[in-house]
Amino acid sequence: MESKRLQEIVADHGKDPAQLLAILQDIQQEENYLPKETLKELARELGVPLARIYSLATFFSSFSLEPRGKHICTVCLGTACHVRGAPRLVDQVERDFAIKAGETTADRQLTLETVNCVGACALGPLVILDGEYHGNMNTAKLGRVLGSLKKE
Amino acid sequence: MTESQSREVTFKVDGRSLRGRQGESLLEALRRYGYQVPSLCHHEAVSPYGACRLCLVEVQKGKRRKLTTSCNYPLMEGIEVFLDTEQVVSNRRVVLQLLLAQAPAAERVRQLAAEYGVNDTPFEVEDPENRCINCGLCARVCKEVVGVEAIGFSGRGAGKRMVAPYDETAEDCIGCGACVFVCPTDCIGMSETGGIRTIERWHRKLPLKTCSVCGRHFAPTFQLNKFAEWTGLPRGHFDKCPDCR
Ligand code: SF4
Ligand code: SF4
Ligand code: FES
Ligand code: FES
Repeated sequence: MESKRLQEIVADHGKDPAQLLAILQDIQQEENYLPKETLKELARELGVPLARIYSLATFFSSFSLEPRGKHICTVCLGTACHVRGAPRLVDQVERDFAIKAGETTADRQLTLETVNCVGACALGPLVILDGEYHGNMNTAKLGRVLGSLKKE
Repeated sequence: MTESQSREVTFKVDGRSLRGRQGESLLEALRRYGYQVPSLCHHEAVSPYGACRLCLVEVQKGKRRKLTTSCNYPLMEGIEVFLDTEQVVSNRRVVLQLLLAQAPAAERVRQLAAEYGVNDTPFEVEDPENRCINCGLCARVCKEVVGVEAIGFSGRGAGKRMVAPYDETAEDCIGCGACVFVCPTDCIGMSETGGIRTIERWHRKLPLKTCSVCGRHFAPTFQLNKFAEWTGLPRGHFDKCPDCR
């Protein structure tokens, strides 16, 4: 992230160390992850120890310290989705895109993530693609949904 | 100290009547009277965190009697404390089994466990080399006593680790060694060679200042510069070691 943009975000939050979480959310929102250099700069800007920022950034699973893809595919592995075959969906994406869960493709197009139950169990197995819920997933449907990405 | 904390209260320990200050740490009050309660994560200088769960006691308040950690239990009027009850001892054994699984290489944990007849753990050992018990004492001392906050936990749950940011050099660390000193399982490590002090766990290397009088290496230059900055004393004030000042 550009220094100027970071300073704007920090200023938007009144340069207030108590707003750290909200600032991290804004950075994550724009970059899809929290770049190391940006966090180091943030520590200086806010006068907050990097150790505190790093602890917070690694505590919440909604933050990522690794670059993520343009598209995020999240497969629910909660119990309800699991028993209805969600692991096969993970396998499918891992195979088709040659990445493991938690990883991003080399061209930064897609990140595969897993979660434990997002509370939409009735729709399971559930896949969330860029924030959009796709219920009753099976391998054929998932192939179609992800196929549209591949052609981009 | 607030007024409520300085108020004197009466409490009982295994039937014996004692006095203490309202709100003080029960563990500290017990120790003052010479009672031995095992603990790993407590230090009087910093806020209690209740991480190791070794300092278990039973506390009866009114009709309710419950098992609790004593380091973070605020002393209050009329409580009755029971130290080594069957409940306490059996729970402490489980705590020791968990600690053994977490930090099998920690000498102090092994010793304590052995004192309670625990030589083995039924829990899964993740890393046989590990000595850190995730008590957070190092970080609390760094933040609350030294005023630096160079280190902290990363992650949570099973992935929780005490590290310098990114597990790289802790750039805020002034090399004072306070964390090394308080770590209950001696897993931080500090060495000095060739005029350089290394705080091993935090990958921090700092050149040491030579005393302008006796020529002894006595403290990291970076630390002395910070002291000068914090106290407003001239840097020259820290040219001599404490003995020659
Ligand atoms: S040696 Fe570094 S990490 Fe340890 S207490 Fe001192 S400043 Fe903090
Ligand atoms: S390094 Fe030592 S003091 Fe710090 S969390 Fe681990 S065991 Fe506790
Ligand atoms: S288990 Fe997938 S939404 Fe609940
Ligand atoms: S000393 Fe009380 S929980 Fe560790």
